[in-house]
Amino acid sequence: MSEQPISRQTLPEQTLPARAMSGRALRQLPLRILPAPLLLARRGSLGGRGSAHLIERHARAYRHTWLVLASGFVEPLFYLLSIGVGLGELVGRVKFGGQPVGFTSFVAPALLATSAMNGAIFDSTFNIFFRLKYAKLYDAVLATPMKAGDVALGEISWALIRGGLYACAFMVVMLAMGLVHSAWAVLAIPVALLIGFAFAGAGMAATTFIRSWQDFEYVTLTTLPMFLFSTTFYPLSVYPRPIQLVVDCTPLYQGIALLRGLSLGVVGPGLLWHVLYLAVMGTAGLAVASRRIRKLLLR
Amino acid sequence: MTAPALRVGSPQRYDRVAGPGRMAVRAFQPWLVNYRRTWRGTIYSSVLMPVLYLGAMGLGLGTLVNQHGTASLGTVSYLVFLAPGLMAATAMQTAVGESLYPVFSAVKWQQTYQAAAATPLRPGDIFRGHLLFTTMRLTMNMIIFLAIMSLFGAVRSAWVVAAVPVAILTGLAFATPLDAFAVSQKKNDQAFNMIFRFGMIPLFLFSGTFFPVTQLPAWVRPLAYVTPLWHGVALCRALSLGTADLAGALGHVAYLAVVAGLGLAAGARSYRRRLHV
Amino acid sequence: MGCPLGVPKYPAGPVIHFELSQALGKVSDVPDPDALIRASGLTKRFGQFTAVDGIDFELRRGEAFGFLGPNGAGKSSTMRMIGCVSPPTGGELTILGLNPVTQGAAIRARLGVVPQEDTLDVELTVRENLLVYGRYFGLSRQVIAERTARLLEFVQLSERANDHVEPLSGGMKRRLTIARSLINEPEILILDEPTTGLDPQARHVVWDRLFRLKQQGVTLILTTHYMDEAEQLCDRLVVMDGGKIAAEGSPRELIDTYSSREVLELRFSTFEHDQAAEKLTAVPADRIEVLADRVLLYVDDGDAAMAGVRGLALEPLTSLVRRSTLEDVFLRLTGRRLEDG
Repeated sequence: MSEQPISRQTLPEQTLPARAMSGRALRQLPLRILPAPLLLARRGSLGGRGSAHLIERHARAYRHTWLVLASGFVEPLFYLLSIGVGLGELVGRVKFGGQPVGFTSFVAPALLATSAMNGAIFDSTFNIFFRLKYAKLYDAVLATPMKAGDVALGEISWALIRGGLYACAFMVVMLAMGLVHSAWAVLAIPVALLIGFAFAGAGMAATTFIRSWQDFEYVTLTTLPMFLFSTTFYPLSVYPRPIQLVVDCTPLYQGIALLRGLSLGVVGPGLLWHVLYLAVMGTAGLAVASRRIRKLLLR
Repeated sequence: MTAPALRVGSPQRYDRVAGPGRMAVRAFQPWLVNYRRTWRGTIYSSVLMPVLYLGAMGLGLGTLVNQHGTASLGTVSYLVFLAPGLMAATAMQTAVGESLYPVFSAVKWQQTYQAAAATPLRPGDIFRGHLLFTTMRLTMNMIIFLAIMSLFGAVRSAWVVAAVPVAILTGLAFATPLDAFAVSQKKNDQAFNMIFRFGMIPLFLFSGTFFPVTQLPAWVRPLAYVTPLWHGVALCRALSLGTADLAGALGHVAYLAVVAGLGLAAGARSYRRRLHV
Repeated sequence: MGCPLGVPKYPAGPVIHFELSQALGKVSDVPDPDALIRASGLTKRFGQFTAVDGIDFELRRGEAFGFLGPNGAGKSSTMRMIGCVSPPTGGELTILGLNPVTQGAAIRARLGVVPQEDTLDVELTVRENLLVYGRYFGLSRQVIAERTARLLEFVQLSERANDHVEPLSGGMKRRLTIARSLINEPEILILDEPTTGLDPQARHVVWDRLFRLKQQGVTLILTTHYMDEAEQLCDRLVVMDGGKIAAEGSPRELIDTYSSREVLELRFSTFEHDQAAEKLTAVPADRIEVLADRVLLYVDDGDAAMAGVRGLALEPLTSLVRRSTLEDVFLRLTGRRLEDG
């Protein structure tokens, strides 16, 4: 539900304004997610301290639209509520890790993971494409001592800062609604940031290959089915075995499984595989994005 | 290079202003011309979205709901309950998608509306021209939706055919006021995010599409009942299940028509104010 | 000027209209029977702000009429009122004998409009832009196709007919907008700053096309803040400033009335500028303008004045003798330079 069926618009967005596109994207996305200060300190091919300047630039730019930023938080709240009062009643309890759990408790961590994905994808695709092709922001940035790696890292970090704030707010609501069942849930926020990092890296790498607004259809065509089918609303056991294997491979499923395990207290060493998967995905994305941005802009 | 001879002050000039209907058709044409180049992509999502949603929610989540019992849904399967509601919700989303950004872009970013306003077209013609296009898109999407939901086996009555015009009317109840709003936006599209966040998303989630409105706390229900989407969902569902009665149907239709009519009046006014400053 | 288009310069329609209305005694104070547009006391207010402040003018058939003034003078507001997309707040405005408030659509059917900012549909091709626009006028596809061929040739865009609009250069877009404005074979062509933002070469191409239109008998009404554009294109113009008309006439008349034959332009080093300006009052001249960077002496004989300057032992860094232009007229009338706004 976090993505609505989109009627493709016939007019402007396709050429003009990214703003149209970003606006359209914005409405599809409930939450965003995270970056890590330790990443900021890294130097070398993946970017360095310069990225902090880009983060500052974005923070300044968003001061003008803080209301939009702040109100983004109510969206996941609506979703949680509708599941709490509506679907939760219809479904009753779901079996997870051998224990029956309330449907809302079952879905909430998945919504957090989806928000992390959507937020990171929004920031790293629509926004970056606009800055790359229309606002010519990076042309201006790279005319200074900043490096391509700074740009890539700066963008991902910004996406993660935003996402981190939203994730914290979401966790507060989950606590208040009594949807957190384990102390392991304190790890939910860093994990949400990790999910954001994985998708932001992959999203940014993908963005450097995008040619026009039309191509963003592919982004939606990837994220929407993932949202609907990666066990957000029902356990993996609903599917026949072959489909289970496919779902198991999607990055969103990895994130959902991780967050659900932590939140419901079903924790084992197996969760580390999910962590590794997401970390590799983000790092690879970041490396590709840095190289591609350098190629695109420093010709 | 010699310039060709041009003619000016052409003699057939006096019959160029036609009645409102024909003028609206003139204003409709550029949308159509534009659509000719993008229709493939839209058909793609018009087909894919219902398939994904009906599959994931109707069938996937449906297994859990059906196991738990569907007495509160009128003892039909979750898929059968969900499909007609989703049809009305899809109409709303189509209408919103065709209203806010395309209209704002036409008046602000591309200024195609200003170009049209320099011709014999009046602001009201330009408004109705866009509504014609929205109606066309709604009709296409609703027919596609009906076909897909039939393929999913989510239909219980032949009356479901009447749900198509009802869903179109539901869409127009959103399109007319949102057109009026979009065209009046002077600076930027920021307000649209708020409309999505505080308008469309709550409507989508709480207007009876995914679960009966009776599950909402009693004090919230009246809020759901005033929304056009609830009327669209309720009537589409009644038609699809074959449980519609005449009085109820007329009531829903009348409500939707009044909202669409008010939007029509508001739109004519705000188009005039924006284009004839 | 001949009529290569085979269109009589004085078609019967409006004249009959005039005679009829005179016979009916409705139009009694008509100074010019051939006026296509007549404005008296025309006013446009936006809230407290008065954009156009009671202006009077007439547009005659076949002429090129210009509004010259800096940004914010009220030119565009006036154009929008003439284009029937902005109802006047006060005064009277008659266009083609019709009332723009009640008969706007009928008037617009007979106008061609080139707005200040291109309103081309960037998602369509060049040809489709003309098609879509022509359909607004209720023209048949066949008529549009036939006119499109001629119009694109006229604006030298035939080779780009099937290209998208987006990648066209600024000058090409402007020419396409002009072609589009002619699709309904208008009686009056309205151009709001037709060459603002174009590079010099592109401007000359646009001027050339507009000049040809003028030769073919098209009635032009345009605004500009470029004096060279006004001199090139306008038979008659009004100088606008602060929503009012400051002067009216042909470019020649305005220059003769408000300026001297020649102008001596002097530039001094920054240190000497003020002192020199003071000393120059000793040189006999109609008028002296001291600008921030230059001193202008309005005189009959520039070389003689230069000799006078040398006689004062002043050595300017540069000196230039030139003919008076509309820029000088504007400076005289408003005390400001055109491009200052």
